[in-house]
Amino acid sequence: MDLLRVATAGSVDDGKSTLIGRLLYDSKSLSDDVIAAVEDASRRQQSDYLNLALLTDGLRAEREQGITIDVAYRYFSTPVRKFILADTPGHIQYTRNMVTGASTAEVALIIVDARNGVVEQSRRHAVIASLLGINHAIICINKMDLVGYDRNVFEAIRDEFTQLMIKLNVQNPIYIPMSALHGDNVVEPSTNMPWYDGEPLLRHLETVPVHEGVNALPLRMPVQYVIRPHLKEHHDYRGYAGSIVSGVLRKGSRIRFMPSGQESVASGIDAPWGPVEEAMAPDAVTVHIKDDLDVGRGELLCSIDDLPRTVQTVSAVVCWMDDRSVLREGDVYRIKHATRTGKSKVTGIDTRFSIESLKGEIGADSLGLNEIGQVTLKLSTSLAIDDYTLNRSTGSFILVSEATNATVAAGMIGPPRFSFQ
Amino acid sequence: MTNQVNSTLLVSESKHLRDLESESLHIIREVIAEFDRPALLFSGGKDSAVLLHLALKAIRPAPLPFPVVHIDTGHNFPEVIAFRNRVVDKLGVELVVGSVDEAIGTGFIRGPATENGSRNRLQTPVLLETIRRGRYTAVFGGARRDEERARAKERIYSLRDEFGQWDPRNQRPELWNLYNGSIDPGQHMRVFPISNWTELDIWRYIAEEEIDLPEVYYAHDRAVFERDGMLMAVSNVMQPAPGEEIVHRNVRFRTVGDMTSTAAVASEARTPEAVIAETLTTRISERGATRADDRTADAAMEDRKREGYF
Repeated sequence: MDLLRVATAGSVDDGKSTLIGRLLYDSKSLSDDVIAAVEDASRRQQSDYLNLALLTDGLRAEREQGITIDVAYRYFSTPVRKFILADTPGHIQYTRNMVTGASTAEVALIIVDARNGVVEQSRRHAVIASLLGINHAIICINKMDLVGYDRNVFEAIRDEFTQLMIKLNVQNPIYIPMSALHGDNVVEPSTNMPWYDGEPLLRHLETVPVHEGVNALPLRMPVQYVIRPHLKEHHDYRGYAGSIVSGVLRKGSRIRFMPSGQESVASGIDAPWGPVEEAMAPDAVTVHIKDDLDVGRGELLCSIDDLPRTVQTVSAVVCWMDDRSVLREGDVYRIKHATRTGKSKVTGIDTRFSIESLKGEIGADSLGLNEIGQVTLKLSTSLAIDDYTLNRSTGSFILVSEATNATVAAGMIGPPRFSFQ
Repeated sequence: MTNQVNSTLLVSESKHLRDLESESLHIIREVIAEFDRPALLFSGGKDSAVLLHLALKAIRPAPLPFPVVHIDTGHNFPEVIAFRNRVVDKLGVELVVGSVDEAIGTGFIRGPATENGSRNRLQTPVLLETIRRGRYTAVFGGARRDEERARAKERIYSLRDEFGQWDPRNQRPELWNLYNGSIDPGQHMRVFPISNWTELDIWRYIAEEEIDLPEVYYAHDRAVFERDGMLMAVSNVMQPAPGEEIVHRNVRFRTVGDMTSTAAVASEARTPEAVIAETLTTRISERGATRADDRTADAAMEDRKREGYF
């Protein structure tokens, strides 16, 4: 069994909650008492049907207002795979929560109401999924029961969405006609749509490749800290603790720590389950090296033949997340990249992107809540980086306000995956 | 019951457990690197036993560089206290106890009118006072998001203000695995490294890693009585009301909290593998089966958490 992280977005009325409820229910991941509680609450709200949104909306305010505000995580599994589903709101004022859910996901579930076609919200979700580097997009064209399971409706939406996905540089999106309410093509194939010869949603989720391509990337392991026990029986022990984020680390291979540039040989690797000959993402390991080097937290352990860039200025796609301030030229923020922290100063807002028109606006003087732009930052410390489109771990950072300690922005190094023009 | 379960599920090919384990180790290591005074909440329950096991792995062969903190409700299962002492002695870790009995004795908090009342709410001020006295800046907890819907919304790094309160409407975005540990003086961070584990993951890990647990997690003969459809253990703090009949049953506990609000389930599972088999076929959630405290209201957990609860 392996682990797949999936992100979805939407609001109550497009059927997202019903779809999730259906996935959980049909995969037998809901317990009887949870279902009974939802039935009970549905009755109290005088709802005619089982209100599955009550299942997914966890906070009192969300249930009262009937909207999803924050990311919720749900878990279900089948005999072949465990799924972590980040369930996020779809409204524009919660774009930051959509970004949060998408940041760790490998699959995006994009929900389209067959009656409405490609609307603003599904477009926005597709754009965010692409920007955040999600490789697999599954477009669920839902509520097919309300359009008479009409093949032409499905194909028209699919063709329109395909144009968008080409623009967004998303390869091989999958389109599924479904009715989450009646269970068509969610877990079970649909008898109402014999013209659809693809698999139901769960089958796709079970077979999408996990950690695809990460092992083929150059080796990267941010050092979290150095273990030095100061115990008699481990007198000379020194281990570099960290999680491998890409590539493969082999015992005996030459490595270089960046940005300091010091080289050595990996003389031993301890995985959580014991000493190993090789380790790969996402293993949390402790590495022993041949030489006595002065390296610690904030260094990036790399393969010597394919090194990251070392920079003191960085251009990145930044999504602003703070509702109490805006990003402006000249502002200073703390930056956290892998395990390295420092300060950063905004030296330019090059372009502000419009998620709606997919156009870029030159000469904007600020980024406000939920706005995304290409920004140049000057750094107080050298960072060893890769472009986000090549490596999500060494290409990402967060900005933290020095005044409030809040996480104010998500940053993706380099140009976006598609061009805004 | 056991032989109905597909055996391939039991001998799980455990790649997903390894990934969860690595994620947890990453989180624990970030906290050790970035916070000056961490502590680990240890209830003696299975989730905190797994959490402690992971913390030791994260820094081995070095010893645990922070204390484990137990908030003793005075309503604990004796087996759980014995387990706590056994683990602390064996591992040589520092134990800090915050006692609800003592807090009632000194008048720091007022006890409920009846001895049978749950002390769940009373734990919160004692927990916050223990954190304040220890000047802990990061406190590890073993909460899981699959337990309860308010928890499904909580971050892995969850900020508490100087009153220990959680503000669910104003949580920091949590991106990639880049955790923001910045706090002001007086605030502290609750950190939940096993957020993404389910009850089944916990049991599979306990089986694979042979993690020691209190005996009450496995089927044993016990005097119980039925209340509100739940099996409650007879103890010095929990006696049947008139009309409630004491019977002997083979039971185990799926969680081990306050004895007055933690119910048993009928079970024959005497090993972790047998518990996994039962968990795979059960139709009742962990808290739904056994936690009287969460049945009181739709938002019972959210309300307790806002005040500073675990």
